[in-house]
Amino acid sequence: MTQEMPVANAAPQAEKPPVLEVQNITKRFPGVVALDDVSVQFMPGEVHAVVGENGAGKSTLMKIMVGAYVPDSGEIYLNGEKVSFAHPQEALAKGISIIYQEFNLLPERTVAQNIFFGREPSKLGVIDVRQMNKNAEAVLNEIGVGSMITPTVLVSSLSVAEQQLVEIAKAISFKAKVLIMDEPTAALTLTEVRLLDDLVQRLKQRGMAIIFISHRLNEVFEIAEKITVLKDGKFINTVRASEVAPADVVYLMVGRTLDHYFPPLGQPEEFGEVVLQVQGASNDFLQDINLELRRGEVLGIAGLQGSGRTELAQALFGVTPFKTGSVTLYGKGITMRTPAQAIKNLVGFVTEDRKTEGLCQMQPIRDNMLLTVRSIQFVFGAILKDGIRKSRNLVSTLGKQVDVKTDSYDREVQYLSGGNQQKVVLSKWLASDAKVFIFDEPTRGIDVESKASIHDLIRNLTRNGTAVVMISSELPEIIGMSDRILVMWEGRIAGELPANASETDIMLMATGRTANGSMETAAAGME
Amino acid sequence: MTTVTATRRTFGQLLRSIQIPPVYFFLLAIFLVGGILDLVFSDGQIFSNPAIRLNILVRSVALGIVAVGQTLVIIGASIDLSVAYVVSITAVMSSFVMQGDPNNIPMAILVVVGIGIVIGLVNGLIITKLHVNAFITTLGTSLILKGIINATFSNYSGSVPRSFEYFGYGRLGPIPVSVIILLLVVVGGWFLLSRTKFGAHLYGVGGNAEVARLSGLRTDRVLIGAHILCSLTAVLTGLFIVSRLRSGAPWVGPDGFYDLESIATTVVGGTLLSGGKGGVWGTLAGVMIFSVLDTTFNQLGVNPYLTIVLRGAIIVLAVASYTFRSKQEAA
Repeated sequence: MTQEMPVANAAPQAEKPPVLEVQNITKRFPGVVALDDVSVQFMPGEVHAVVGENGAGKSTLMKIMVGAYVPDSGEIYLNGEKVSFAHPQEALAKGISIIYQEFNLLPERTVAQNIFFGREPSKLGVIDVRQMNKNAEAVLNEIGVGSMITPTVLVSSLSVAEQQLVEIAKAISFKAKVLIMDEPTAALTLTEVRLLDDLVQRLKQRGMAIIFISHRLNEVFEIAEKITVLKDGKFINTVRASEVAPADVVYLMVGRTLDHYFPPLGQPEEFGEVVLQVQGASNDFLQDINLELRRGEVLGIAGLQGSGRTELAQALFGVTPFKTGSVTLYGKGITMRTPAQAIKNLVGFVTEDRKTEGLCQMQPIRDNMLLTVRSIQFVFGAILKDGIRKSRNLVSTLGKQVDVKTDSYDREVQYLSGGNQQKVVLSKWLASDAKVFIFDEPTRGIDVESKASIHDLIRNLTRNGTAVVMISSELPEIIGMSDRILVMWEGRIAGELPANASETDIMLMATGRTANGSMETAAAGME
Repeated sequence: MTTVTATRRTFGQLLRSIQIPPVYFFLLAIFLVGGILDLVFSDGQIFSNPAIRLNILVRSVALGIVAVGQTLVIIGASIDLSVAYVVSITAVMSSFVMQGDPNNIPMAILVVVGIGIVIGLVNGLIITKLHVNAFITTLGTSLILKGIINATFSNYSGSVPRSFEYFGYGRLGPIPVSVIILLLVVVGGWFLLSRTKFGAHLYGVGGNAEVARLSGLRTDRVLIGAHILCSLTAVLTGLFIVSRLRSGAPWVGPDGFYDLESIATTVVGGTLLSGGKGGVWGTLAGVMIFSVLDTTFNQLGVNPYLTIVLRGAIIVLAVASYTFRSKQEAA
């Protein structure tokens, strides 16, 4: 599978020695090998991108380099010296700093308190608040956002993008030798991405090694000198960005061409009547939502983090209901104020976070599959009406339908792999006979094989006459699966795009521009 | 210049800018209701009586001191159910060691402070190192302490010397010494939380322990520190009680409900039970609410069980109003 390609990881000829090096790192989690014998070298004054699909092991590798995880085997060398980090503090003390993908801020504390959390300037344990605020201001000025963000405001009062900038400020303030950025631009608009680019250039000139994780390939090619590709926890290759084309890297990442990946889109004759219609609906997070969902179609919802994607799903399912506007199902006005009402109206919701919202981790597969059925039945129905045999049959039918790989349906779901867990989540909604399915990030963090089978399942659902709303932050998934695409921006629907829209058009809309905006500006921050 | 900006602000903005915990409005309301009942039913004799006004404060001392400690551990997303028996063991041990002799006072204080540090350390170590839920840990240590002191002491044992009663009954000018000590503890707690690294780290550990860990913090040490401080406030409450009672008995802690009431007043004061947000000034107001209620109703001769019902209602109402507010803020 490895192509003939210039290899940069070979013996560093006249180059400086690597500032950070990982050798033969392996890390296992229950049911998954997250990293399998991975070795990479990172040079000072260089931006080194680590790319790969979700679940490729990028984030695990980062967490090992900063001491948040301890590897099962393998070594880490810092400036040629072998190190091992048992606690993040040890990595930070040695000059390895990270900007995390998920927000790692304390919302109830101020910007300055967050930036210097754990390192407050102090005398005899008493914090010098004035000094801390001054230092915070200096750091914010350094990254060019001093005029946007005041050190004394609470983090909870900031927008998602501003919070991301505070995270960046926090990581910079450590004066690190190695700075890891885990998807730093996911929540940023174009202007802020530019700020970040400038910052990266300046840090690089100071001799800092920057490790840049992203799956926006254009961004990677613009900013990075070297690119390391991981796939399914394995090291594939390290290449020089100047010597390869983006398509080569994509091939290394997925190991196949993209067409095989998704089932064919729906055909016009398969689309039926309008099943679900929302008109002029708003709540605290969403404004003026209008949408139509037809039988037999997959409606993709794209948008940046914090654009209101998940909030839309939650509104449609009655978790945080709409306050104004109307929702009609098969032409009948309905109210969905609670998930129970939504389930009775035959709406199913496959949540974004299967660990906390999708599954009862410590219960067996069987009970998880039957959760929704039981929630709409008479409480004792399952026992009284010959329910035990019926539910046993239902469980085995569902299990075959979604192809859960397990030796017994009595196994607790916490022991299943991510992909198999997601199939259990799906099956619990299949059992409910829903006519409208809402999928929020249906394949986040699961292996490629399970991904493909979940995509097939979604398409089979629409072929059998249901309608699907699919939210995803992965543009290839949106484009590969959707018959129509709605793009969200700041709690509104910014626009609609037809099937097979380009990633550029989607990203333009998702950052609040129209599709006919200039293409050059678009290429800067996104793919 | 400043007056112009001040008048431009709405009243609500002003209140927010000086950050008075909302519980003070509850306290004010309780005072007003108490005052009206007082005027109607006893011609204003209760609140006009300086002795009764002082009594409200003195009643707050025992619960107030330990509630400050409880506030610390709750901000750290932990909890301490063992404080009631720490109060008992302090009361009993100090009067037992003192035996009425002023020369034994330093020794007695040394002993009970030592006991407090050990109990707090044990609680903190079990919670952070063995990863036992704080509720269960402190319930367990609380039962262990209960067993030990009930087996060792059956009734009042020993006594405190006259000079030690200064803590419970003495005055500096018009103000009781005990009230000054309560205020010192509250101010100390406020300073610790808002001005020191320990305080900043405690808010972080309680707000999100994983964020704290990834920021390079040794979260265990912070939480163990909070538990030691909490036990020490319980020791101080125990010393105050024994100076009032002149001798210690095993039941003084549990009979005062210092465990559950310190938690209740902390939460009524606006500290999140899940940690990361709150402060000691709110807790002080929570304690005062209970003592104003008790004093007025006691003076009016209201059925004491009705007072208990009202306490329960206030706890629920206060906390419900906070969740309502924070939902509105999120909107």
